[in-house]
Amino acid sequence: MTDFNEIQQDIVEEFSVFEDWLDRYNYLIELGNDLPGIDPQYRTNEYLINGCQSKVWLHADLVDGRLQFKADSDAIIVKGIVALLVKLMNNRTPAEILENELFFIDGIGLRQNLSPTRSNGLLAMVKKMRLYAMAYQAKEQKAKNHE
Amino acid sequence: MGFNIEQIRKDFPILQQQVYNKPLIYLDNGATTHKPQVVIDTLRTIYEKQNSSIHRAIHYLSEQMTSRYESARETVRSFINAASIREIIFTSGATGSINAVAFSFGEKYVAAGDEILISEMEHHSNIVPWQMMCERKGAQLKVIPFDEKGELQLDQLDELLSHKTRIVALTHASNSLGTINPVKEVIRRAHEREIPVLLDGAQMVQHGAVDVRELDCDFYVFSSHKIFGPTGSGVLYGKEALLEEMPPYQGGGDMVDQVSFEGTTYNTLPFKFEAGTSHYTGAIGLAAALDYIRSVGIEEIGRYEQELIRYTREKLEGIEQLKIYGESEKRISVFSFLLDNIHTYDAGMILDKMGIAVRTGTHCTQPVMDHFGISGTIRASLVFYNTMEEVDRLVEGIRTTIQMLS
Repeated sequence: MTDFNEIQQDIVEEFSVFEDWLDRYNYLIELGNDLPGIDPQYRTNEYLINGCQSKVWLHADLVDGRLQFKADSDAIIVKGIVALLVKLMNNRTPAEILENELFFIDGIGLRQNLSPTRSNGLLAMVKKMRLYAMAYQAKEQKAKNHE
Repeated sequence: MGFNIEQIRKDFPILQQQVYNKPLIYLDNGATTHKPQVVIDTLRTIYEKQNSSIHRAIHYLSEQMTSRYESARETVRSFINAASIREIIFTSGATGSINAVAFSFGEKYVAAGDEILISEMEHHSNIVPWQMMCERKGAQLKVIPFDEKGELQLDQLDELLSHKTRIVALTHASNSLGTINPVKEVIRRAHEREIPVLLDGAQMVQHGAVDVRELDCDFYVFSSHKIFGPTGSGVLYGKEALLEEMPPYQGGGDMVDQVSFEGTTYNTLPFKFEAGTSHYTGAIGLAAALDYIRSVGIEEIGRYEQELIRYTREKLEGIEQLKIYGESEKRISVFSFLLDNIHTYDAGMILDKMGIAVRTGTHCTQPVMDHFGISGTIRASLVFYNTMEEVDRLVEGIRTTIQMLS
């Protein structure tokens, strides 16, 4: 498994070749299109992270101690950013997710998309990913204590 | 002096800049408008040389400021042709003005079982204050629907106006559909039943001449920041006889005559409705903006915008994947549209990076979106400093957006 920060670094480098904003967006659109949509059973209000303008759905399972995220958005550029987050966070232990700082969003100039005033649901999604990690960590801890 | 678009654009310093290395194309004027240099200078000079609280002291600066503030009131009066300065109340904006009327008028005239009539195309600011009032008073909100073109269904008006209706609150022009409503007809029919009418002019005053006496509306509200003035200021016009009868809605300094612990008597109009230190810089800045508009000529502005509307409509209709929401012929330069199945947020993000500022979302008119069964639109809202070249750039941007997203 590649190091968490290495992947972030890779993403930043990938984006550094784009001189034009529209090229960056084209790439995000590609990523968004490539990310399989979330299963219909999770495309419900229960898993919805509601931004005022675009919607994000998120679900996570813990498989063999690692988080498996499934996510989707109704806006394709947002979905592209979601794809990057999923790529980074998938197959991580809860501890990895909780210990590492996210810096790639800043690094590729998409920081404004994660500001609290942006109503696209992305910031809430990052928080929710961490919450899933926390919840599964607590669950694992509890299971260990019972052993 | 004719209408000189190049000169006009020079009057607005913010328009001279580039964003993302591209010339800024600002088409979000429905949300807020930019300020001509003369408004900026007015505010600057006040704070540098003239600032003082008004109506308070007898010293030089205060007297100067007070007289500027009161002359701003006169400027507003004459701009909308009100009968008297006692009918011009400075507020925090159109929203503040509507809330003031909803509260004060409601206290005086509305009781359980009464009805308030609004329309389906109102901005949330002309819905929620009335809902709150209805809740307080046990009254009921009634709604005039609009048709597929985005025009009011006036054939339903007579049925909706009942002996229980206490007030009609209607937008003069829609911020999301662009429709200019047949307000004179609505006022005439409401007045036949002696029902007063409030007009929300937030999207109208910057586009054409408004004469409150000719309209015969009972209340007219608008915001300063949407008519090239400073933000945080606005106007409530009300017929004097009504305002006289209505109780103050906020208590504080300036709105009082005599205060003791046994009771308080209120100041006369318009001060009765201006509690606290008013936003005098906003009011004076607004007057500077209105003077500026007059110097350009409101008729010239209207004529130019009609050309702009014709041109924009033709260009937008030339895009096969584009559907316009709101097709009224009588309209302001506001266009709401969708591009096939493209999400408005994606379109807004891409246009932004081309230097084009549009608004995406519901535009604070969720019932309008519900009417069409959509979650939002892209809105281009133009004013007289926008150009045909900018419309061309918008159209290019839209074509690129479609190409990228489909």
